[in-house]
Amino acid sequence: MSMLKNHGKLERHSLLLTVGILIVVSIGGLVEIAPLFYLENTIEKVKGMRPYTPLELKGRNIYIREGCYVCHSQMVRPLRDEVERYGHYSLAAESMYDHPFQWGSKRTGPDLARVGGKYSDEWHLDHLKEPKSVVPDSIMPPYAFLAKKKLRVEGIGDDLKTLRFAGVPYTDDMIANAEADLVAQASPNQDYDAEDALIARYEAAAERKGTLRIADFDRNPAEITEMDALIAYLQMTGTLVDFSTYEADDLSNRR
Amino acid sequence: MTEHKPDIDELSGVETTGHTWDGIQELNNPLPRWWLYVFYGTIVWAVIYMIFMPAIPALPGTGMTNTPGIRSHSDRALVAEEVGKLNAERAAASSQLLDASLEEIETDMNLQQFALAMGESAFGDNCATCHGAGGRGAKGYPMLADDIWIWDGTLAGIETTLRHGIRHLEDPATRNSAMPAFGRDGLLTAKEIDDLVQYVVKVSGGTADMSAANRAAPVFAQQCVSCHGADAKGNRSLGAPNLTDSEWLFGGEPRDIQQTIYNARNAHMPAWQGRLDDATIKALAVYVHSLGGGEK
Repeated sequence: MSMLKNHGKLERHSLLLTVGILIVVSIGGLVEIAPLFYLENTIEKVKGMRPYTPLELKGRNIYIREGCYVCHSQMVRPLRDEVERYGHYSLAAESMYDHPFQWGSKRTGPDLARVGGKYSDEWHLDHLKEPKSVVPDSIMPPYAFLAKKKLRVEGIGDDLKTLRFAGVPYTDDMIANAEADLVAQASPNQDYDAEDALIARYEAAAERKGTLRIADFDRNPAEITEMDALIAYLQMTGTLVDFSTYEADDLSNRR
Repeated sequence: MTEHKPDIDELSGVETTGHTWDGIQELNNPLPRWWLYVFYGTIVWAVIYMIFMPAIPALPGTGMTNTPGIRSHSDRALVAEEVGKLNAERAAASSQLLDASLEEIETDMNLQQFALAMGESAFGDNCATCHGAGGRGAKGYPMLADDIWIWDGTLAGIETTLRHGIRHLEDPATRNSAMPAFGRDGLLTAKEIDDLVQYVVKVSGGTADMSAANRAAPVFAQQCVSCHGADAKGNRSLGAPNLTDSEWLFGGEPRDIQQTIYNARNAHMPAWQGRLDDATIKALAVYVHSLGGGEK
């Protein structure tokens, strides 16, 4: 017990105390943080994840700008009721290109992690313009102005560049053609070469076919609006990963 | 540094730390016991937790991920087990749904009740968002509780629609047809469309400008009859709606009809095969068929 009494020495010497604190804190940090850099199972290995296309990314930026995350989470938790209602629980891999992630914890509205493909584009359009027109008891505010706001295409390449800096694997090719890709995804049957190039770029990244939809999402071929971008983003959420290749029983995928 | 001698404060009788600031001495009261024991308890709990639950990450190169703990707990395994249990509970009745034909389900009281209950909850979760509670529909989303069907109102037809969707182009077996955007794509002039609107109002039994409607008759014969039929009663195999009833999916005001002809509508319903399992789809078909307008 005499050693315990020596703490007085440590407490009366500011440099010793600082060094002692540093040692204790670094042990905690080493144990908690260091493994994240070498462990291979922090993000599951799945097929299909790809960086978001420029149009989807624009939509995601609008999603964040309008504060959708305040009422909607994007995280299906591994609980029976949630899996029954929303579909397969969310994987870490599914938000690996999210900066910042949109998991959230507040659900005034339903979870949106797997809303992609569940409803038609028209439904999203009607619903965003006037939620009560399709869900009479909804308390969501209308976002009709998105359909009137022209989407700002310029500078999307810089958004991609910034995300690459944060670790999203956008290629030089994707960045150079970002504006063309954005226009191509929202303008079906206009420029087939541009559509093919867009699909080739992003399907190569996904190593999987059918993860990308080209459509006039807001049913207004005259211009590309913010509505186009937001619906393109929503229709993509939760659809990228090919769950037929996800091995839930694999030891490295246990959580 | 030398150890100070125990120094007792006269007033309280408590030992002091020996520190003095401006003549004020610091008492050395012990920590409250309950607090201290809770603190020790958390440390003991941490050790127990490490033994029972997944805890310590493995070192690099060992090929292991982390210590699994005695319980080998995994939220993901747990939810898989719970969903598996739920599915097993449903399996008995579900397998009967899978084995029986849709007609058999409808005639067998027990099976029908099960299918309706299962269909109703699946409908509320997946379909009511567009088609409304009880299938009452909305502008742009067909009412399912009436006897007007755009594609097919038989049990098998409803099942096909559910499985493959409508104009769900990712599914090759989807129900598909496309009305041209007569105005937007310049197939008809604005004047011709205005006349056509009057023609459609006329055949649906509304009050129309007869001279405009008569002017449009040859245009209708040329552009519209191939899908909607010479009598304008529609063609289900093409999903072309009957124009002579007074029910309108996208609105029956002249302005709505003008929009429909100008831009075309071509509504899309997603395919549910793959998203819902076979038993649920069959239950939904029986449920929708029972809503009021099911056809033989």
